[in-house]
Amino acid sequence: MANEQAIQAELQEKFPYFSEKINVSGDRRIWAEVEPANFFEAFDYIVKKMDFPVLCIITGLDSGDNLELIYHLSRRDGTMLNLKTFIPKANPVHKTVMVDYFPGAELYERELVDLLGMRIEGLPEGNRYPLPDDWPEGQYPLRKDWTADILDKLDKQPEEK
Amino acid sequence: MNPDKIVKIPMGPQHPALKEPACFTISLNGEKLVDLDLRLGYNHRGIEKAAEERTYIQNIYLLERICGICSHSHTTCMIQCVEQIAGLEVPARGRWLRTMVGELERVHSHLLWLGVAAHEVGFDTLLMYSWRDREIVMDLLAAMTGNRVNYSFNLIGGAKLDITEEQKKDILKAVDALEERTKYYIEVATEETTLVARLSNVGYISLDDVMRIGVVGPTGRASGLDSDARKDDPYAAYDEIPFKVITDTHCDVYGRALVRMGELMESYKIIRYVLQNLPDGPIAVKAPRKIPAGEAISRYEAPRGEDVHYVRANGTDKPERMRVRAPTMVNLLAVPKMLKGDNLADVAITIAAIDPCFSCTDRAIRVSDYDGGNAKVMTWEETRQFSIDWYRKNGVDFTELNKRFANRIK
Repeated sequence: MANEQAIQAELQEKFPYFSEKINVSGDRRIWAEVEPANFFEAFDYIVKKMDFPVLCIITGLDSGDNLELIYHLSRRDGTMLNLKTFIPKANPVHKTVMVDYFPGAELYERELVDLLGMRIEGLPEGNRYPLPDDWPEGQYPLRKDWTADILDKLDKQPEEK
Repeated sequence: MNPDKIVKIPMGPQHPALKEPACFTISLNGEKLVDLDLRLGYNHRGIEKAAEERTYIQNIYLLERICGICSHSHTTCMIQCVEQIAGLEVPARGRWLRTMVGELERVHSHLLWLGVAAHEVGFDTLLMYSWRDREIVMDLLAAMTGNRVNYSFNLIGGAKLDITEEQKKDILKAVDALEERTKYYIEVATEETTLVARLSNVGYISLDDVMRIGVVGPTGRASGLDSDARKDDPYAAYDEIPFKVITDTHCDVYGRALVRMGELMESYKIIRYVLQNLPDGPIAVKAPRKIPAGEAISRYEAPRGEDVHYVRANGTDKPERMRVRAPTMVNLLAVPKMLKGDNLADVAITIAAIDPCFSCTDRAIRVSDYDGGNAKVMTWEETRQFSIDWYRKNGVDFTELNKRFANRIK
């Protein structure tokens, strides 16, 4: 666990706001939390200076008043740093990591847009993913208050014209 | 380049190359591919949302159905998260058995891929051979678990079934036979000049691009990326079993074929090692129905690349969130890069060479007959009557014809 603790210590020293917000849960697993305003400063440092060249996934969650994003970063040796940030639902905007960091993040970010109603600034125009083109607007299935019967109420369109 | 000469061809969603839906819009200049646009999501079934409404036990069966091929991979990956949150220590024998089923799954997946790839380049003899041999491993899985696919072998806390001495012997015998056959396929793949010529320099992607996009699994390893979750982030019994990570530097479809066949040989070694060194003891520990609040992430080297699952528990018997990433989700993004400048005829084999799985990628389409929870099951007679009525309504009536036929039978 020495390796994980070294990463923890380095981040705490570099960015004071990590002092209480970072913990090691076991071998190769580090969890950290950061304010949206400081997110890119920390993200840039972790990816470029601390050698975390892999973005495994981005998890999006509905946690009440906020949408919680977890960026699961990894080193080539398997050490994972899970960086969380909370975006208020009232204004769910976050910048893309696809353009400057991880081109492979495209589908993860499109999922956040489709399933949770995030707005990802800087995400290039493209096909939506994963919902169908005729999906009703403003319906975000992974939000906790969303249930499948909402669709049936909306779904009163005739089958054939 | 004259833009007037660019022809756009939609391949899909129903597909000449794949058995699953995905739409590749290909821009061609003559025979050369200049651009490729992906539209995915046709297999989106809402599994992540559905998982939140089900208990952990139900979710084992739900997640097993994400993919018919890597079913054991997805459940193991999810269960590892849950065990981590609940602090469960899986007994050694349970972990070793999981590992063996995982490797048997890899064998059947890679043999299936070999057949599909051979078919895409018109080498159907190899398809027939490899799929015949795949039956050997399917029979083993059926004998061990009761099912050819969706084995339902995992429990939270260990494995569901133990293995008998007789099964051990059968598996060892089958592995010998499969190893012999795989050696022959390696010989075919490396010496059959038509096949080598057809696969070489097709779908090229450099190590730099692989690392930039984040490609995983055999597709990445065929470009020289030494990355394998079994080594990098060991789970189950992989830190106790000797095996090699197979890489290759061809960076093309040929390399991907070599890597998968090399991995088959490694899997046979792992299976033998497990059977010869299987620890004694229980195969599972009892898991609580309610999982304490917490979160965990787990990685699993599925046959197609790395699965990543994230689970958040909230103290109840249902998860707060389950997140699934299958390897195809990143590997697909590398396909446009691989195909640029290649011929139209290379599209099918290049897509097949990442061994894509859209069920896995899209996981989460609404069942078309979903009717507010009152899903209707029609009997055969009702279905028949429905079709007769539907055709009649649309101006096709067989009543007269049926009468004439009926008279003739008399």
